[in-house]
Amino acid sequence: MIKEYQTVTGISGPLIIAEKIEGAKFDEVVEIELADGGLRTGKVLEVENDKVLIQVFEGTDGLAIKSTKLRFTGRGLEAKLAPELLGRIFSGLGNPIDGAPQILPLKKSDINGAPINPCARDYPNDFIQTGISAIDGLNTLSRGQKLPIFSGSGLSHSRLAAQIARQASVLRGGDKFAVVFGAMGITFEEAEFFIGNFKKTGAIENAVLYLNLANDPAIERIATPRVALTAAEYLAFELGMHVLVILTDLTNYCEALREVSAARKEVPGRRGYPGYLYTDLSTLYERAGRIKGKAGSITLIPILTMPDDDKTHPIPDLTGYITEGQIILDRGLERKNIYPPIDPLPSLSRLRDKAIGEGKTREDHPSLANQLFACYAQGREVRELLVVLGEGALSDLDRLYLKFADNFEQKFLRQGEEENRTIEQTLDLGWELLSILPREELKRIKDEIYNKYAKAKN
Amino acid sequence: MASQGKIIKVSGPLVVAKEVPNARMADVVKVGEKGIIGEIIKLEGDFSSIQVYEEPEGLGAGDPVVSTGRPLSVELGPGLLESIFDGIERPLPLILKASGNFIGRGISINALNREKKWEFTPAAAAGDSVTTGDILGTVQETSLIKHRIMVPPGVEGKLEEIKTGSFTIVEPIARINGKEITMLQYWPVRKARPFASKLPATEPLITGQRIIDSFFTLAKGGAACIPGPFGSGKTVVQHQLAKWADADIVIFVGCGERGNEMTDVLIEFPQLKDPKTGRPLMERTVLIANTSNMPIAAREASVYTGAAIAEYYRDMGYNVLLSADSTSRWAEALREMSGRLEEMPGEEGYPAYLGGRLADFYERSGCGICLGSDKRKGSFTIVGSVSPPGGDMSEPVVQNTLRIVKVFWGLDYTLAHKRHFPAINWLSSYSLYLNNLEDYFKDKVAEAWSKTRNEAMRLLSEEAELEEIVRLVGLDSLSEREQLILFVSKSIREDFLYQSAFDPVDQFSTMKKQYLILRLIVSLYREGLKAIEAGIALEEIKKLEVVAEIAGTRLIPEEQAEKEIAAIEERVKLDISGLKGAVK
Repeated sequence: MIKEYQTVTGISGPLIIAEKIEGAKFDEVVEIELADGGLRTGKVLEVENDKVLIQVFEGTDGLAIKSTKLRFTGRGLEAKLAPELLGRIFSGLGNPIDGAPQILPLKKSDINGAPINPCARDYPNDFIQTGISAIDGLNTLSRGQKLPIFSGSGLSHSRLAAQIARQASVLRGGDKFAVVFGAMGITFEEAEFFIGNFKKTGAIENAVLYLNLANDPAIERIATPRVALTAAEYLAFELGMHVLVILTDLTNYCEALREVSAARKEVPGRRGYPGYLYTDLSTLYERAGRIKGKAGSITLIPILTMPDDDKTHPIPDLTGYITEGQIILDRGLERKNIYPPIDPLPSLSRLRDKAIGEGKTREDHPSLANQLFACYAQGREVRELLVVLGEGALSDLDRLYLKFADNFEQKFLRQGEEENRTIEQTLDLGWELLSILPREELKRIKDEIYNKYAKAKN
Repeated sequence: MASQGKIIKVSGPLVVAKEVPNARMADVVKVGEKGIIGEIIKLEGDFSSIQVYEEPEGLGAGDPVVSTGRPLSVELGPGLLESIFDGIERPLPLILKASGNFIGRGISINALNREKKWEFTPAAAAGDSVTTGDILGTVQETSLIKHRIMVPPGVEGKLEEIKTGSFTIVEPIARINGKEITMLQYWPVRKARPFASKLPATEPLITGQRIIDSFFTLAKGGAACIPGPFGSGKTVVQHQLAKWADADIVIFVGCGERGNEMTDVLIEFPQLKDPKTGRPLMERTVLIANTSNMPIAAREASVYTGAAIAEYYRDMGYNVLLSADSTSRWAEALREMSGRLEEMPGEEGYPAYLGGRLADFYERSGCGICLGSDKRKGSFTIVGSVSPPGGDMSEPVVQNTLRIVKVFWGLDYTLAHKRHFPAINWLSSYSLYLNNLEDYFKDKVAEAWSKTRNEAMRLLSEEAELEEIVRLVGLDSLSEREQLILFVSKSIREDFLYQSAFDPVDQFSTMKKQYLILRLIVSLYREGLKAIEAGIALEEIKKLEVVAEIAGTRLIPEEQAEKEIAAIEERVKLDISGLKGAVK
């Protein structure tokens, strides 16, 4: 018999303080009943003697001190899991919002999950072909990797994420593939874009969507990615599917965390974000991966918009320390009308070297990728020089580099939203571009590779 | 008094309990029905503040708390090597067996195997008078390492009995003054194990990484810090050190870092061969993995666990390297606990005692005479990486670390951008051991070692100044000599400092090879300078075939390096003076 309490003594921001509670446990779920019979969900943040601090996911609007009833459920927040998840759309807390009935769960799992034992992990070294040259060629994605997209307001990260979700799914026939999509505080239009995109291509049948939109309660966002990842773990490690998780937008998630932290009057870390932001983010990101002996995998692509395009802002900064690289979108490229506007230089995939080369993609891939990086970096430097000194100051070699950089952006980086390049096409394109430069400049490529793959000068 | 205390408050990893019997500062307690491990970090009247080493979910007021009466300690003895532990020395493979792929809670497993028998060979005889640190005998722990069983701390007197044969670590192997001695010892992690006497560092720790060995050398028994923003290659440098450094024992502490990185180490290290013996590197390695999503308090403890194990091997007379990646995560754990204790924060929310704790940790490094009557020497070197937020070097963890360590390898984002690895900035990095180590290099590498190194360093710093000028007024404004400096510096950067961690030949260079390449490039400068002074155009020198060959020297296998590089150097001299002949 679950006891009911009517002992709320204070309400502040998203938090409720209640007293005279017996046996409340840290992190357990509290059902909150309003005077009008409406139900909300809360979570215990702190227990002190008989005093309990509760965070309300749906917000505290309309709650009153005297009339609010609390029921302590004795368990953490759980996600309902069954194979029927696929094809469905849920709220940020996991309730159906697509008009269809609640699923019959085969299993309920705590949304906080548990850390994967490092000994149980299998290393992500399976190449995923996304069909996008800037990713496949230079910042390769692997199965089980967590690779965020750092974007800015107004950049085309949603289109890019949708393209990855669409194209990555067709890799190596036979494997079961699923997309889990978690939206935190994005607009209705953005959500519609993803849903429409999934529906159009039929991908919706293999997708689960958890949506917390901009006008949904902000605190619910703290649960949304966890619910999504719990579903992903179920699909990957129990049903053996290769799951691609897209979480957008982590910036909104972190802001919700900050709101709770401020309401608790905690000592703030940088820019008012709580000191445990790193730990909190890691409990999300680290759920990606592969496990030895399991067929499935979780590949995680979180999307975050950098406030003011500032990479040193705590959210992208701490994210970068946890994830295995980052894909950075650049406003300058977007302005030149280059889609996808991926700036390869600050972008990075830490797992690239283990996922490419002979037996994975093609033997020339590693050195070609290094060379393209180095040459494009040089070309960009020349371009800066050009701005300061004018064209007259450039040497002939500088001009070649400049030409290379321009071509690289227009041919290699730029591609159509429906264009799905194979890895061979991407690599051949790279060689074609390198033919602009003389052999002596290509120091990162060994002779045998060069002689085998280099394209004749045209 | 009740036999157990009672929880009155739970706030994340901080638990406050009332009336815990025999509560002492820093003692380990078991919390709740599951017996979650925690440590007392504050006492106030009847109240004990406890940091718990596992997720506190499900704990509530009224749950029991029992003290174990012992500070957080590590088990020391044969079987440490080749192990992988979490932050409080629980073996992860056994946790895997006990709780599956995901780490459960309340698991209590001994760090060292109690059943395994080790072949003990005595080195002392009954009747000897022994004191703390004396070697009683040895156990072949792995084919690389002989584990020396030492007289435990605080024990001395007459060795009454000593055995030979196979024993587990809990079976007595000797008796000293009536006290039975086993191979298993305990040591509280937060306390440094003492030296008999500490000595200044005079030997370099050779790592095979050219920029580190030749330019910013680390000494055995020294401490170094690698700060850098994310993506600048800290972890790769740490891995390279763990793989190639000429230490006898390597302790790798993954403190709050990525799970997949630990997996990489776990998969790769057993396959890597020790360059000297050809045995798997794992045989000299202990891994401590507390990934970022594992409980935060255990992360705080992990560096101490690593240090205690390192000191134990140092006491046997080994050279030990501890690589901690990353100390920022450790400092953040301190910060989080401090915030929950509602302490007055110092800079950026870090506790005011951050500097003191960092100093305590890094000062555990050192080389010297170990305890024991044979006066053997051992060393303990620490390399800590720091992950400053936003790459901002003025932040408290970097600054407090720099006050203590003597070697600074500053990683540079722009270098990483250009895929120049290791992305250690040669202008901002430093090593304060160079003077101490000069004699060693003169003796073991070459008489002209420091002269060559300093000349290369001078060229690089001149290059930086010239680049400023080029940026303002263009390349044409430079004299031929200045352009030569740019040309040679570029060669130092691309052909010497650049080192691929993935190329089988390039990833490790001996001191000899490093010196030869550097001397070759410096010769190019000297000869080139002579030629230019004789009126030869730099373009002519650049066109020489042999100059292009310098680029390949770093890829020449060690066996042929000496001969081939010397030959190239001869040709550089010959061909450039040949140009001079043409002018005359």
